Amino acid sequence: MADPLAVLLAARGDAVLESHERLGDATAVVDPVELVAVMRFLRDSDGLDFEMLTDLTGVDYLGREPRFEVVYHLYSVKHNHRLRIVVRLPEDAPEVDSLVEVWPSADWMEREAWDMYGIRFRNHGDLRRLLLYEEFEGHPLRKDYPKERRQPLIGPRN
Amino acid sequence: MKVEENPHVIEFLRQGGDSFMTTKVEAVINWSRKYSMFLYPFVTACCGMEFMSVAGPRYDMDRFGCALPRFSPRQADLLFVVGTITHRQAPVLKKVYDQMAEPKWVIAFGACTCSGGPYNNYATVQGIDTIIPVDVYIPGCPPRPEAVLDGLMKLQVRVQKEKVPADGRHREMHELELPVVEKPLA
Repeated sequence: MADPLAVLLAARGDAVLESHERLGDATAVVDPVELVAVMRFLRDSDGLDFEMLTDLTGVDYLGREPRFEVVYHLYSVKHNHRLRIVVRLPEDAPEVDSLVEVWPSADWMEREAWDMYGIRFRNHGDLRRLLLYEEFEGHPLRKDYPKERRQPLIGPRN
Repeated sequence: MKVEENPHVIEFLRQGGDSFMTTKVEAVINWSRKYSMFLYPFVTACCGMEFMSVAGPRYDMDRFGCALPRFSPRQADLLFVVGTITHRQAPVLKKVYDQMAEPKWVIAFGACTCSGGPYNNYATVQGIDTIIPVDVYIPGCPPRPEAVLDGLMKLQVRVQKEKVPADGRHREMHELELPVVEKPLA
């Protein structure tokens, strides 16, 4: 069985900024500009066949530049192998192309990442908050969101 | 002459034997209320599993006349708030409470409804009593079924002691207008 990370590096090594593999968890940091092309390659290539986007989440590395990461966990049901793709996004413009066109399951997960981290997904089409309410200001899982800040819709601020 | 000294009344009571009893209207109303609670389960989280356990035949809330869940708040007397309430849900809970007809009571089931429980963050209401009035708090994460039955019996004691006002209104509206208290932040 082909090692998905090796296949990716051989075919699209130009788009991979760095990569590492430890205890069977292969990770590739991908240039955000090339993200959709790389993901389509991973989904459609024979021998890779990543049919499934199992998870998509944001990470905030406050104090580092680029500050934000979006992490994609891919899984191939056909070959039973996994790959983790990371894109790094700058603090002043945390924005990356949406993957809804590639995997429809990205829809709600991208909305959640927008809700919690304020990461924008271009061409998403319906980028509303998923869990919180529209009246909520800010993005609560950012490291600089004050942990004591409360924004109730009714009742006292507690 | 007092009623109980009236010989006609005494004779009437003597002939009646044990076929009737004297009481106050208020006591009868409260007695019937406490043994015929129709409850509305507002279930949002894991406490719901424990609620199903206590509502099922093993612990049998029907013994207390509190078995029939109404899935419309307009037909319910007792609001069971079961599980974590988020700020996003808070207006829904308030609306459900407001839709219930008088007289009505509220039980806070579990640590989250009592105080926010383990959650003190941007999302969680720190006790439903910041939104609606609560009669009985049942702590526990989740509470044992025995604790829930104890809370239910405590509510019955409370209901039996209640004054029944002439206009039938159970709670005054000003009690429902909750003061907005700014809690000092840690």
